Amino acid sequence: MLSAGKKVLLLKYLIHLGCLGSIGWLYQAAWQDTLGPDPVERVIHFCGIASLNMLLLTLCVSPLAKHFKAGWLMQTRRLLGLYAAFFALLHVVNYWVFELALSVDMFVSELIKRPYIWVGMLALSIFSALSVTSINNIRRRMGRNWQRLHNLIYPLLLLVIWHFYWSVKANVSEPIFYGLFALVLMLIRIPNRLNFSLVKRPNK
Amino acid sequence: LKPLSYVADANRSEPDLTPESKVTSYNNFYEFGTQKDQPAENAKDFNPDPWTLLVSGMVNKPITLGYEDLIKRRDLQERIYRLRCVEAWSMVIPWIGFPLASLLKQADPQGSAKYVAFESLADKSRMPGVGNYFLGGGIDYPYVEGLRMDEAMHPLTILAVGLYGKTLPGQNGAPVRLVVPWKYGFKSIKSIVSIRLTDKQPPTTWNKLAPQEYGFYANVNPAVDHPRWSQARERRILSGGLFNQTYIDTQPFNGYAEQVASLYKGMDLRRNY
Repeated sequence: MLSAGKKVLLLKYLIHLGCLGSIGWLYQAAWQDTLGPDPVERVIHFCGIASLNMLLLTLCVSPLAKHFKAGWLMQTRRLLGLYAAFFALLHVVNYWVFELALSVDMFVSELIKRPYIWVGMLALSIFSALSVTSINNIRRRMGRNWQRLHNLIYPLLLLVIWHFYWSVKANVSEPIFYGLFALVLMLIRIPNRLNFSLVKRPNK
Repeated sequence: LKPLSYVADANRSEPDLTPESKVTSYNNFYEFGTQKDQPAENAKDFNPDPWTLLVSGMVNKPITLGYEDLIKRRDLQERIYRLRCVEAWSMVIPWIGFPLASLLKQADPQGSAKYVAFESLADKSRMPGVGNYFLGGGIDYPYVEGLRMDEAMHPLTILAVGLYGKTLPGQNGAPVRLVVPWKYGFKSIKSIVSIRLTDKQPPTTWNKLAPQEYGFYANVNPAVDHPRWSQARERRILSGGLFNQTYIDTQPFNGYAEQVASLYKGMDLRRNY
């Protein structure tokens, strides 16, 4: 049996391998034009969906850790969340570089004109705030505010799914499935929250 | 796919054609799935023979055309057209077809006919998206489109039965589809079973789905944005990979303004988008 520390290390290694590997594969295939007829659309969508998937995975960690009584799992959560943010950043960069051909004018005017992009950019701002404050030093200095800030992950998830829902042309079944899964992840947390507030916490 | 005999396009001025493999694997044809790679997969066994295309409504001589009547026409010609999708990408495609006007004239339109209503096949047994909400996006089938009579009679408007020298693959709208090169691609309805002349503006599928996003006219217009994205520029789908993309400024009427702008004289194209 592996020690908890080894398991964390192994899992983190696999997460890096999966994420960096898929990014490497994506750009290599897009560059070689073997990613299907429109590599631009594919890289943009791939990174957007990957961000959402990683975000959902991040939110699965604590329920899984609780259910399987595997506290060590919690130590992989930050890495998953950071990859979710990284894919979101790549999504926007891909859009600007490959869809808008690096045009700053177009980027700014699209940013101003399109409500579904406002939603996406708001999500990206939250991603940035959560990523920056995930540094241990900052986390420690923030005290209780850290948890308050990081509870923004729930509105963040809703914004990401809303952005996805709003961006599709007709077939909304995929964003709706994601929405239902997100709902489940939130609902299973309600009992915990209730317990928390019922137990009186000592003031430090 | 069968080879066709046709008169080649004399005007080979379009420098770069979209590769055949991309024209036939990147399709919006929700009857075969809403993802762009699904139609090629789900339509690969689609057999368009036998086929019946009915020309009816306000005509003096209704016509019924079978499969052979379509692909063995003597007036088949190659037309190299730009195709601008409303999603802001475009292709250059060597279609083979015949002017819609020649078919309509044959049916002898009545003076009261003002519009042409088109309808696609909607066969659950052969088109998996038609009976499946998740695959077909839950839109109302059959897919319907329409043109004003003068648009339908314009010499640029063709019914295509082939591309790249052969009959159309299922995913591109076999055996017969409309091609109206100055309008967004969704106007160019695929796998047509009915052409009906009428005196009322017919309903059109995307206009019914999202009227604020897709109008009846759908003329390519860089000055009128789609509510969710700009139409000022487009990406031309060619053989290049991610780092070798072609970006071009979208032209009014997709570059066919000289031939068609007069059809819309005096119309407010912002309102009639």
